[in-house]
Amino acid sequence: MALLTGSRGLWIAALVIAIGASGPWWLSVYILGVLTSAYYFGVFAMSWDLLFGFAGEVNFGPTFLIGLGAYGAAILNSTMGFAIPICLVFGVVVALVGGVLLALPALRLHGPYFGLVTLVAVLLLQNAIVIFAHITGGEIGMTVPDVLSISANVNYWYAFGFMVVSAIILFGLSRSAIGLILQASGQDAIEAAALGFNVTKHKLAAFCVSAVFSGLAGGMLVFYLGAASVDTVVDLSIAVQIIIAAVLGGRRTILGAALGAIFLLLADEALRPLGQLNTFVVSAVALAVILFFPDGMLGYLLHGREE
Amino acid sequence: MLALQILIDGFAISALYGLAAVGFTMIFGVSGVLNLAHGGIMLVAALIGWFVASSFDTGPFLGAAVGILAGLGMAYLTYFVVVRPIQRSRILPAAEHEIFILTGTLLWGIMIQVLMNYLFTDNPVTMRPMFPGVVYLLGVRTPRNEIMIAAICWAVIGLLWLLVNRTRAGKQLLAASINPRGLTLLGFELSSIYLLVWTIYGLLAGLAGVLLASFLGVGSANAGQLTASAFSIVVLGGLGSVSGSLVAAYVVGYLETITAYLIAPTLRPIPALLLLVLVVYVRPQGLLGRR
Repeated sequence: MALLTGSRGLWIAALVIAIGASGPWWLSVYILGVLTSAYYFGVFAMSWDLLFGFAGEVNFGPTFLIGLGAYGAAILNSTMGFAIPICLVFGVVVALVGGVLLALPALRLHGPYFGLVTLVAVLLLQNAIVIFAHITGGEIGMTVPDVLSISANVNYWYAFGFMVVSAIILFGLSRSAIGLILQASGQDAIEAAALGFNVTKHKLAAFCVSAVFSGLAGGMLVFYLGAASVDTVVDLSIAVQIIIAAVLGGRRTILGAALGAIFLLLADEALRPLGQLNTFVVSAVALAVILFFPDGMLGYLLHGREE
Repeated sequence: MLALQILIDGFAISALYGLAAVGFTMIFGVSGVLNLAHGGIMLVAALIGWFVASSFDTGPFLGAAVGILAGLGMAYLTYFVVVRPIQRSRILPAAEHEIFILTGTLLWGIMIQVLMNYLFTDNPVTMRPMFPGVVYLLGVRTPRNEIMIAAICWAVIGLLWLLVNRTRAGKQLLAASINPRGLTLLGFELSSIYLLVWTIYGLLAGLAGVLLASFLGVGSANAGQLTASAFSIVVLGGLGSVSGSLVAAYVVGYLETITAYLIAPTLRPIPALLLLVLVVYVRPQGLLGRR
């Protein structure tokens, strides 16, 4: 982990940010569009990693929080016509409320039970969207009247800036005392509790942080795409992609999750000529990583350096 | 009349749910593995069975037999390619095996689904009924196929009960689910027991897939839904408890049928999902669970 802290880490981070931010000057509009989505995905994956990697809970329902944020923002914008920032805040509040509601039963459970409850939450949200089709547009989805920007460059910078800020906050949080306590309670909840830490409180906090970033990213993605639909923000296949991204990049690294998401979406684009089979190849690669390099890309890099 | 129809339809669909969930819960009971590629395995059996039956004109029975074998093959592949390497992995800390098996089988299930989608498109297929014709059961017009499917499900579940409780191999399975360490101390090889339970699982999942294709029709888009419903039934009944799974299958099957008939077919899965959340919240070990 020494690579990521200390002055050398700061220099590397500054370099990466500078290269990333200069993207619009040397990348094609097409690649910019792919990267813009990938950056929002990066935030999804990072907030998932905070729950899974640190709190040790298999959350199959990241899209529950994302979908709440996305649809909350989209509905307020299309029905009331509020400005984008207000809609985003509303989306975050909805995601946060949903996150707490989900956490209340979920935190009493562990392992497969926790996974199932989060899975069911996504299925229920998906059904609710279809039932209230007159507001949500049902399976087809809904368009929003406002968009972040019509310029690909500005959209790119919004997404990149948002990902960098989220990465700094989430990474900082994971390295703070709270992150360590979360990690301890993920590995051995009883021992962590015996040491006097309030495990439930910390896990609830992790849920809330995850909900805030997921909801905000979901809302921003909607205003980037100009539409909210089940296929882009709620469907279980999105949840699976987020999980793959985080595991591929390296659990418990936060930054690895973002790296994994960007890699995954770029690989998906690069393999597009394969047609339907590209998902097969990407999943196979992810499976191979899980079997042979369970620490993921970033984890492997860092551990390799340390030894 | 409507009540009778719900009773009959619900019975058949619940029997099928039960059959599909029993294998899933047995693997968990014996080796602690939750196989999230379950829907994918059922899908392979259904699609290959349909393909053989319809393109080689072999008739539904031979098609079904090939489909079941395909399901068994897929279950073996799942075990040898994904589950066993993770169980035996030295790089992974033992505490994280469970999480990795969940993620690994999830990925594997997606790979199967995408491959099937590629080979057979995502159009749902329906196998020709094995037992054509209709009968009037207490005045309700019921396809003969539906009755036979329910009968086959219960016959197989009965055989399974005999196998587990009356044979030596079955008793080993039972012992492995109660105390695997004790069994190894008595000189039994756990890996051969795992192989046995995966064989049983493959046959059950294959049969359930083939019957589903002949009853309701299956398409590659259903794989996730099939896994989710087996997962829910198994958790509702109590993980690892076979009788619990059967009870839960009937609860879910009837809830869904009643909702579909009396409220609206679009709301079909919702009451069962809400019940599941409620049960997991109030009684995490499920209806008949041990833990």
